[in-house]
Amino acid sequence: MQSSRSELQDVFMKQKRKTRRKNFIKGIMFLLPSIILFSLFLFYPMIKTLYLSFFLTDMAGTPTVFVGLDNYIQLYTSDIFRKSFISTFLFVLYIVPTSIIIALFLAVLANEKLKGVGLFRTMYSSTMGISVAAGSIFWMYLFNPSMGLLNEALGVIGIDSIGWLTDPDWALIAISLTTIWMNIGFTFLILLGGLQSIDQSLYENANIEGAGYFRKLFQITVPMLSPTLFFVLVVTIINAFQTFGQIDILTKGGPQYETNLIVYSIYREAFVNRQFGPASAQAVVLFVIILIMTVVQFKFAERKVHYQ
Amino acid sequence: MSIPLPQKIILYVLLIVTSLMVFLPTALAFIMSFMTNQDILAGNLPQSFTLDNYKYVFENFPMLQYLINSFVVSIVIMIGQLLLSSLAAYAFVFLEFKGRDIIFYIFIATMMIPFEASVIPNFQTIRDLGWLDTYQGLTFPFFAMAFGTFLLRQNFKMIPKELREASLIEGIGDFKFYLTVVLPVAKTSLITLGVYGFLTSWNMYLWPLLATTNDKVRTVQIGLKQMSSQEQLNQWGVLMAGSVIVVIPTLLLLFFGQKHLQKGLTDGAVK
Repeated sequence: MQSSRSELQDVFMKQKRKTRRKNFIKGIMFLLPSIILFSLFLFYPMIKTLYLSFFLTDMAGTPTVFVGLDNYIQLYTSDIFRKSFISTFLFVLYIVPTSIIIALFLAVLANEKLKGVGLFRTMYSSTMGISVAAGSIFWMYLFNPSMGLLNEALGVIGIDSIGWLTDPDWALIAISLTTIWMNIGFTFLILLGGLQSIDQSLYENANIEGAGYFRKLFQITVPMLSPTLFFVLVVTIINAFQTFGQIDILTKGGPQYETNLIVYSIYREAFVNRQFGPASAQAVVLFVIILIMTVVQFKFAERKVHYQ
Repeated sequence: MSIPLPQKIILYVLLIVTSLMVFLPTALAFIMSFMTNQDILAGNLPQSFTLDNYKYVFENFPMLQYLINSFVVSIVIMIGQLLLSSLAAYAFVFLEFKGRDIIFYIFIATMMIPFEASVIPNFQTIRDLGWLDTYQGLTFPFFAMAFGTFLLRQNFKMIPKELREASLIEGIGDFKFYLTVVLPVAKTSLITLGVYGFLTSWNMYLWPLLATTNDKVRTVQIGLKQMSSQEQLNQWGVLMAGSVIVVIPTLLLLFFGQKHLQKGLTDGAVK
């Protein structure tokens, strides 16, 4: 009696273990394609980049000489790399607040219940459908020194022509203008979505209390929108650090390295100068910056859930 | 809640002025692509309408090949992402097994690794596989996608668990359930993700620049870069025609899928 019962238990346990193993295999089967590709094209490259950053390499990128932290020290001491970091941070500073303020303004406008507002929404979001390459060419014309629209417009109000893409004082601003314009579509769409999900009864109550337009804007809209604003802030910062195409087409990092932003600098070091070691060190720095931004975002999102 | 008339007028004026400003660069490109070079260089308003710029683009550049390449690359990436994301999302929602949560955190962690930072070893991998200048090389690295997995996971969660239980009793396996129940129910999210995947793949720049060395599989974005560096700066009409050809598919997709995309992206962003 006693033995048959434990036997039964044994069989039961075995069965349970078997199902568990079967479930595990099944689960992994569904996840395997993603896991393999993430490993091959994301995790392995990340480790390899870290590894390469401690070496000098040959032209093909095979590590040859171990140099320890030299590549990182060089990032700090070399004028070109330092300039690249300064330009990158300036660029982020120029475009992030401007993009968000403009997109927020447009989203508030386009959130009004007016006839035909759909057309305006489509026009605002249109820049999201325009690729970096095409957008850069649009702006290449606007920036053209002799016949571009911007200098023509300046001429009308009596201001001298600006060498937008060739003057070291203006090139980064020109790249920033282009990027802000490219950002508007996506940022606008996300913010509009955020605005539309705000509970309308809040506004109705405020109306009953006789609150004015700006009071409603700053006491209801902006606070209720803060999670979306925060998301947009982080995404815009992350994207800004990854800017590449507009620089490749418009300035190639020049003039005088003014627009040599971090990803372009990585590209140039690795694929033009064939200096894979220093380029990898820069890539690691970029990774750390993005990592911090993402962690901040997750931490914030977590807190938001707690408060709800 | 109606808006008083003076306020309405101000709103419309603001809407019109700002939307024209945002749309101006695009509108100019469209107009210039139909203008003769003399008109453009003289800074005239368009005196005549011409398709010569478009003809020139197709006759002097492998534009058709670029377009085909971009379509193939974008559609393959889109299908790959839909497939891998939906499979992974299914496992996270409907399957219970040891280590699932850890794997889920690993998926989250992938969002912290920017592709731009891992581009050097990826280039070496593709080169060593002999995949430079191939469709595989352009598409494979983008199939796995954490954002897509989350978006679909959110959606799959809304499918009642009873449906799965009922199908279990009928002896329907997981793969069949995934294929015949989950995918059709989640159609809207799949479309959203598909549109998003197509848009981003079509507009991709850095990777196609690195992974292609000739016109065989080169995408339209890199083709445009080639045009802009080869053409003398007085060929603006041609350059604009090239750009217009490049942006039309994505603009159309955006105009028709805007509501979809907005909802999908907001769901992914806020939840």
